[in-house]
Amino acid sequence: MADPATISPAPLLKDELDIVIPTIRNLDFLEMWRPFFQPYHLIIVQDGDPSKIIKVPQGFDYELYNRNDINRILGPKASCISFKDSACRCFGYMVSKKKYIYTIDDDCFVAKDPSGNDINALEQHIKNLLCPSTPFFFNTLYDPYRAGADFVRGYPFSLREGVPTAVSHGLWLNIPDYDAPTQLVKPLERNTRYVDAVMSIPKGTLFPMCGMNLAFNRELIGPAMYFGLMGDGQPIGRYDDMWAGWCTKVICDHLGWGVKTGLPYIWHSKASNPFVNLKKEYKGIYWQEELIPFFQSVTLPKDCTSVQKCYIELAKQVKEKLGKVDDYFLKLADAMVTWIEAWDELNPSGASKSAALPNGASK
Amino acid sequence: MSVAIKDDEIDIVIGAVRSDLTSFLNEWRPMFSRFHLIIVKDPDLKEELKIPEGFNLDVYEKPYMDRVVGSSTSVLFSGYACRYFGYLVSRKKYIISIDDDCLPARDPKGFVVDAVSHHITNLTTPATPFFFNTLYDPFAEGSDFVRGYPFSLRSGVKCALSCGLWLNLGDYDAPTQALKAKQRNSRYVDAVMTVPAGSLVPISGINIAFDREVLGPALVPALKLAGEGKFRWETMEDIWSGLCVKVVCDHLGLGVKTGLPYVWRTDRGDPIASLKKEWEGVKLMEEVVPFFQSVRLPREATTVEDCVVEVANAAKERLGSTDPVFARAAKAMLDWVNLWKSVGYISSSSSAV
Repeated sequence: MADPATISPAPLLKDELDIVIPTIRNLDFLEMWRPFFQPYHLIIVQDGDPSKIIKVPQGFDYELYNRNDINRILGPKASCISFKDSACRCFGYMVSKKKYIYTIDDDCFVAKDPSGNDINALEQHIKNLLCPSTPFFFNTLYDPYRAGADFVRGYPFSLREGVPTAVSHGLWLNIPDYDAPTQLVKPLERNTRYVDAVMSIPKGTLFPMCGMNLAFNRELIGPAMYFGLMGDGQPIGRYDDMWAGWCTKVICDHLGWGVKTGLPYIWHSKASNPFVNLKKEYKGIYWQEELIPFFQSVTLPKDCTSVQKCYIELAKQVKEKLGKVDDYFLKLADAMVTWIEAWDELNPSGASKSAALPNGASK
Repeated sequence: MSVAIKDDEIDIVIGAVRSDLTSFLNEWRPMFSRFHLIIVKDPDLKEELKIPEGFNLDVYEKPYMDRVVGSSTSVLFSGYACRYFGYLVSRKKYIISIDDDCLPARDPKGFVVDAVSHHITNLTTPATPFFFNTLYDPFAEGSDFVRGYPFSLRSGVKCALSCGLWLNLGDYDAPTQALKAKQRNSRYVDAVMTVPAGSLVPISGINIAFDREVLGPALVPALKLAGEGKFRWETMEDIWSGLCVKVVCDHLGLGVKTGLPYVWRTDRGDPIASLKKEWEGVKLMEEVVPFFQSVRLPREATTVEDCVVEVANAAKERLGSTDPVFARAAKAMLDWVNLWKSVGYISSSSSAV
């Protein structure tokens, strides 16, 4: 059942995609990914103690940023980048010069499909991003552009061209992405179900976006991928990717772009400590009851025609409507604006084409 | 799946578009024999039905249909729409309906898929239309809600309809199947998911199940193409019906699931012949989908009947002048609601056969 595209030996988008990896421990996991990642440029965002040396396995082309670098490059705007939380990865999105980003956690490994073959997750993400999405009408046979599939009877022909795909959200075998209460109740549950599908999340529908195995078109949606204020000095953790996902989905819906979820799978090896997680998530579990209705009812004015404009407008509404939930949201709204300012500074319009620009300095 | 299925709460409704149901029923026997079957013969079918022994069933044919609904109304039930007569006269809570050219499928491990019990599991576990769960059905074995899923939405809502899928001959339209003549659906996607609220979906009638008690007349035998024929490529009645159901479910806070179970749909018919004969359906969808996307049901519409009437009136108003098929569909919907009120009791206490 292998479709012809997987037999192609040439890595796709080699010079147009950066792999962003946040890490605080080590990058040993890269050894397993070597066959799939080696052709690509890596952006390592080192969290925690900047004096620690993170060894990058031989043979990878990379740039590495620690907290000192982030402070140096952003100056006072560095306040929007989280510390002691993998949310710091979004700094990598900002400094990248490429059209596409793939981000993966350092406890995620190569998974096997039901036939026992290694899954090239990056290749599947690239396919997802290069193929249109279909958010305006649900296709019951899932991704109609996949080999062996198509649009079903009843699907209007005028909707079959689809729209550009902004985000490809992959999934995880083994340790599923559960919240702390669920982890506590089901510590032994493992995700063993391989669901052989990619699908577009319908317009107007929100979803919980996980940053463990995620790819996106940075040129389209990059500025919306801010992972918020988490970790040290913040009242909340483990909601970074959720926040980015809700903002991104609202903006994609507004601008007519698609978000896909499903394949590829990676193998998630580490279950984080549920008690530690509970402490981090605690406030989020309450706050999300306010956040979801907020995002579900957000409307962006017609003149928000760019991602930055949409994002600034969102920040305004966060301040107005969520400020009363907690002061944290006032800080977050300000940080959202700072993020856009920093993004625009590092990515002046006209310089976003990647061809002529070199990668950042590697260490 | 360890759902206790109460056998007397289920009717299996089969619309007989072909006369010889012998191999169909024999193949499904292990899964069907516990239940009561309603076989409805397409009133246009001339041959005698051939039905194997050993089933607990009722068979309805044109003369009886004419007596119950009047011969002018029984035209609602020609072709694939004959099954709706079965929905009308059933007294059970759940209905499962499968096209007569579909057989049990096998999963990737080689086990026969019990479509009946899968559908019942779908209908008896909550749906989650208000927020997308990236691990699909959170109530499936080995699954759950993911991080970031609001707790207040985790009890879900009642699932009113379960739409299954098809291996081998996928439910493509004629142009698609004609273009990809050899394409067969071999991908077994091991998931059930709730179609999000506000999102419309083409609900194929080939392999469905629904809660009759809850949905009542929401499934409507309404859109009859001028050249409607005896292959699914030549119909759109189920697609119209499904869009109506989804709009009603979204309005009333009910769920619609899609995905498992699969059935094996046998090769039948010629898409090119269907295309030559009938491509009106494909054209009409360009009007149908935007129409349903724009339907807004008023707050006062609190019952399924109210909702269906509203949709019918909106269809007449907005689509009636586009094509006579829509004006006829709108009228058929109103006739159907009236028929349901007089013939199809909805009370849960009348479940005895």
